[in-house]
Amino acid sequence: MHYVILGAGPAGVTAAETIRQKDRNGRITLIGGEPEPPYSRMAIPYLLHGDIEERGTYLRQKPDHYDSLCIEYRHGRAGGIDSRRKELYLSGSDPVAYDKLLIATGASPVIPKMSGSNLDGVVNCWTLADARAILKRADKGAPVVLVGAGFIGSIVLEALYQRGCDLTVVEIAPRMVARMMDDTAGGMLARWCREKGVKVHTGTKVNAIRQTGSNGGATLAVDLSNGQAIPAQLVVLAAGVKSNTGFLVGSGVKVNWGIQVNPFLETSAPDVFAAGDCCEAVDISTGKPDMLAIQPVAVEHGRLAGLNMAGTKTPHRGSLNMNVLDTMGLISSSFGLWQGKPEGQTAKLIDEDNFKYLKLNFEGDRLIGAQSVGLTDHVGMLRGLIQTGFRLGGWKDKLIASPERLREAYIAVAQGAPIGGPTGPHVNTPIAKAAA
Amino acid sequence: MLKALVIDPGKCTGCKQCEMACSYENEGEFNVAKSRIRVFDFHEQGKMVPYTCTQCAEAWCQQACPVNAITTDPLSLVKVVHENLCVGCKVCTIACPFGTINYNASTGKVTKCDLCQGNPACSDACPTGAITFQDIEQTGFDKMKVWAAQAAAGSPDAPGAKAPVAKH
Repeated sequence: MHYVILGAGPAGVTAAETIRQKDRNGRITLIGGEPEPPYSRMAIPYLLHGDIEERGTYLRQKPDHYDSLCIEYRHGRAGGIDSRRKELYLSGSDPVAYDKLLIATGASPVIPKMSGSNLDGVVNCWTLADARAILKRADKGAPVVLVGAGFIGSIVLEALYQRGCDLTVVEIAPRMVARMMDDTAGGMLARWCREKGVKVHTGTKVNAIRQTGSNGGATLAVDLSNGQAIPAQLVVLAAGVKSNTGFLVGSGVKVNWGIQVNPFLETSAPDVFAAGDCCEAVDISTGKPDMLAIQPVAVEHGRLAGLNMAGTKTPHRGSLNMNVLDTMGLISSSFGLWQGKPEGQTAKLIDEDNFKYLKLNFEGDRLIGAQSVGLTDHVGMLRGLIQTGFRLGGWKDKLIASPERLREAYIAVAQGAPIGGPTGPHVNTPIAKAAA
Repeated sequence: MLKALVIDPGKCTGCKQCEMACSYENEGEFNVAKSRIRVFDFHEQGKMVPYTCTQCAEAWCQQACPVNAITTDPLSLVKVVHENLCVGCKVCTIACPFGTINYNASTGKVTKCDLCQGNPACSDACPTGAITFQDIEQTGFDKMKVWAAQAAAGSPDAPGAKAPVAKH
């Protein structure tokens, strides 16, 4: 049995390790598209901070990790597959025959349509190579324009701020992290950034990037739709990502936004599986396929694909969308249906002065989504409540009255503390103190 | 021999000595906000519930970590954060459905209960035996007794049946 895994991100690596747990003898080939050992894009901002070196981004630390599991790690870029002949084509090398194939090719940055996006000094922030290019130009005090304040943009923002860059952020949406949080939270983040000296332009488009010659280190100018022209030594593009599926045209593998899969993560082609950012698997909140391009989901997919490929049939029940973001010390998170449902009740705690926000969305007496700003303690309980679908019973009304009692509610419903009484339990949470 | 923290909320008086001991042992300061075990106060019911990591088999935190900074100790099965590898991305803090791995802003790393490398300060400090550190077979036996009592009483809600058991 030859298992071939195309893509060496978290999904691919986890799948290879899972297959090895289940099949001691099968041959496993793990193919990475980049020259480095498998690494985590999640760790790149910390490399930019200077907190870690490149090897600190590696998914697995031991140099002989893959050898010790008899996983052949090699380099190759996907060229196409022939699912009838069961062959994978890599650019510039012989076809690779497989018995089971996992496509875990991830995603790539979307390059916004504008003139000048190919100029020297305009870079993405996606790969280690991108990180090196950023490090060359992101000097202390250097004027830097960041295009995009979505999740990835906002993480990079933190790193550029830490490096002491003179930072301007341009976001086309009306608020920061528009696909992760609402106006209240996005507004808090923007205000926080401005108070730290970062210039934030939301609802603003970049019309063009121009070469201007040497202007005190700034060799570029970024023309905005609001008429301003911002000088820059470095322009970082973070305008979203799209699945890497171009090589599948004509392969018999059906692709929508991402590769379509069944609950066993099998594609429409026999013995071809897909996992991670390149595929559309079920979102547990909606029950519908969606691209949840986040690290924990990639690992979940990888593990399940590995089990199914090695013959342990295990259906995917759906992944929970969730994100956590540190914006120059202001930590925010969102889970599940963070927007809520029109007919559902919500609980809100807003403390603008102290940059604290908690919003809980209910359907019946279950929590279905949440957003938080400035709250980190036991934040995982939000996932616990959403993913288990615990019935909150009387705790729902208590949460609507005092959302900061979230932790008590979790303990009560998950561990069985009794419900009732006139005044309610009291826990001093950071939010409760700030609101007092 | 596998040992586990066994928590009996019925014996907890809410003195928070476990929190003080934990923060002193692990952070070198008496700061309950940095404790890895927390006592939740259900004032209405006069009930206190100490709460910490169960060292769960699924190890959500470990699976979510992008840089392999959380591993399972092969002997104790404790999930351990390696601070030298942790980059502080906080993905584990949202991935853990129990909310028992938390970000420490002063170190820029995450912290969780690691049973104090096999000698938990919280159980040593607990004056009432609400938190004990027991050999896991003993825990299993106690659990069996609870289930037997429940079955005998014919009630799934028999008193004591829901004492949470933190186990490996």
